[in-house]
Amino acid sequence: MAVIELTCISCPLGCPLKVETDENGAVTCVSGNTCKRGEAYGKKEVTAPTRTVTSTVRLEEGEAPVVSVRTRTDIPKEKIFAVMEEIGRASAKAPVKIGDVVVADIAGTGVDLIVTKNSPARRHQT
Amino acid sequence: MRDLAIIGGGPAGLAAAVAARDAGVEDILILEREKELGGILNQCIHNGFGLHTFHEELTGPEYAARYMDEVFQRNIPYRLSTTVVDLRREGEGLAITSVSREEGLVETQARAVILAMGCRERPRGALNIPGTRPAGIFSAGTAQRLVNLEGYLPGRRVVILGSGDIGLIMARRMTLEGAKVLCVAELQPYSGGLKRNIVQCLDDYGIPLLLSHTVVDIQGRERVEGVTIAQVDDAFRPIPGTERDYACDTLLLSVGLLPENELSKAVGVELAPVTGGPQVNESLETNIPGVFACGNVLHVHDLVDYVSEEAAQAGRNAARFLRGESGGTGRDIPLVPAGAVRYTVPGAIDPARMEAETVVRFRVGRNMRGALVTVTASGKELLRRKRPVMAPGEMEQIVLKKEWFSGAETELTVEAQEEKEGV
Repeated sequence: MAVIELTCISCPLGCPLKVETDENGAVTCVSGNTCKRGEAYGKKEVTAPTRTVTSTVRLEEGEAPVVSVRTRTDIPKEKIFAVMEEIGRASAKAPVKIGDVVVADIAGTGVDLIVTKNSPARRHQT
Repeated sequence: MRDLAIIGGGPAGLAAAVAARDAGVEDILILEREKELGGILNQCIHNGFGLHTFHEELTGPEYAARYMDEVFQRNIPYRLSTTVVDLRREGEGLAITSVSREEGLVETQARAVILAMGCRERPRGALNIPGTRPAGIFSAGTAQRLVNLEGYLPGRRVVILGSGDIGLIMARRMTLEGAKVLCVAELQPYSGGLKRNIVQCLDDYGIPLLLSHTVVDIQGRERVEGVTIAQVDDAFRPIPGTERDYACDTLLLSVGLLPENELSKAVGVELAPVTGGPQVNESLETNIPGVFACGNVLHVHDLVDYVSEEAAQAGRNAARFLRGESGGTGRDIPLVPAGAVRYTVPGAIDPARMEAETVVRFRVGRNMRGALVTVTASGKELLRRKRPVMAPGEMEQIVLKKEWFSGAETELTVEAQEEKEGV
């Protein structure tokens, strides 16, 4: 049994939610919300919260030193730092295009890490 | 002489260029001071952009790429690494002086100009924080650029002053990169940032948000070694005895954005005191004929989707001006903010000249629940909208229809107030 306090982000109202759970972690009650979206948000945040992770990776032979990346979809919230650790080790080779996969199935989430910017290769001095 | 020059190749400049071309302007040139198009979106690598426009959550660079592709498909010319240093009236048009490493000083003449220079962060110098002047004090946007574009982490133990969205985003970004963010201090009793950012950037990582707090001292000679934070009273004066020291090597400032209007001033554009941006009519045209403004140079936005919409409107109206179709009655009706409304953009409309519909954007000065927005002309109510909640951090908009106006109106009042009980 636990009561978890959250701020709903479904709309600018930002209702303060109280989500009650039983001993198995299942949601028994959501209160404080003014609409159904608040109830759904409260349940998901307590049972299976997810986030999209965005960051950068080193860009080898790129005009720019790094290129921005994101997880293609949202991933379980508790995997954020595991994903960041793999991102820290990853790199891409220029040129890259939006949607190029940098790491497939990152940190065992089943979600790919993809490039979010078209970034050219460094022009060689001739 | 060119037809249209656009100063700035960020989200506003790109959308303005696309709309102007689609409205028939062949001869367009975009001038961009950075080495790539896209403006500030290039460093905003987080997601949440484009929900209104594309109905999906994009990152900043992805949103920019959508508009860059539109510009490339239309073969609209642009010059990069080119900084405009002067803008003035010359003969029937406008003269632009720009400078670039490759071409040196270049003079460009144009019949119309769209100002799309964006905004700048309020710097430390504008804050009067006592203490020494060591390294390690950055505006949040500078830190964002260092981390996301240049690949440097500017510090390891961080305090953030101001809870603007960039500060909140950087609290998360620095945390993900391994820095320890000790707290975010906010002078106001509420945050100006989006709720979503407070939850996903601070709450997710257990970073405290100290409302009604500010930095009262900075320590360190060469590098920041610590800051002192104190609670403030209703008049924002630090309360003695509430000081607390934080050992840190970095202080980020996220304390507001200011439209960047040096060029506007140079050409004689009148600025509005509340927004710091040009005074414009319903066509987003300034007091200088043929000079239009859009995006953050006009007033600071919170969603890029609205920047793109506004910029497209400026592009269409520049096209009408170039076709000689923009002559109105010459008598603009001023929009007067009332109640909690702080300002409106545009600040005046000419019903004879306006498109079938004109969007009016505005902000309120306080948090409100159960608010009512009304537009009245000489005592006659033209529009009435209920808003469950309004906040200073969220830009609002209403739509005015050309058919509502007879042309005899002398003044339009845009008002927001709490709805009265039982009405």
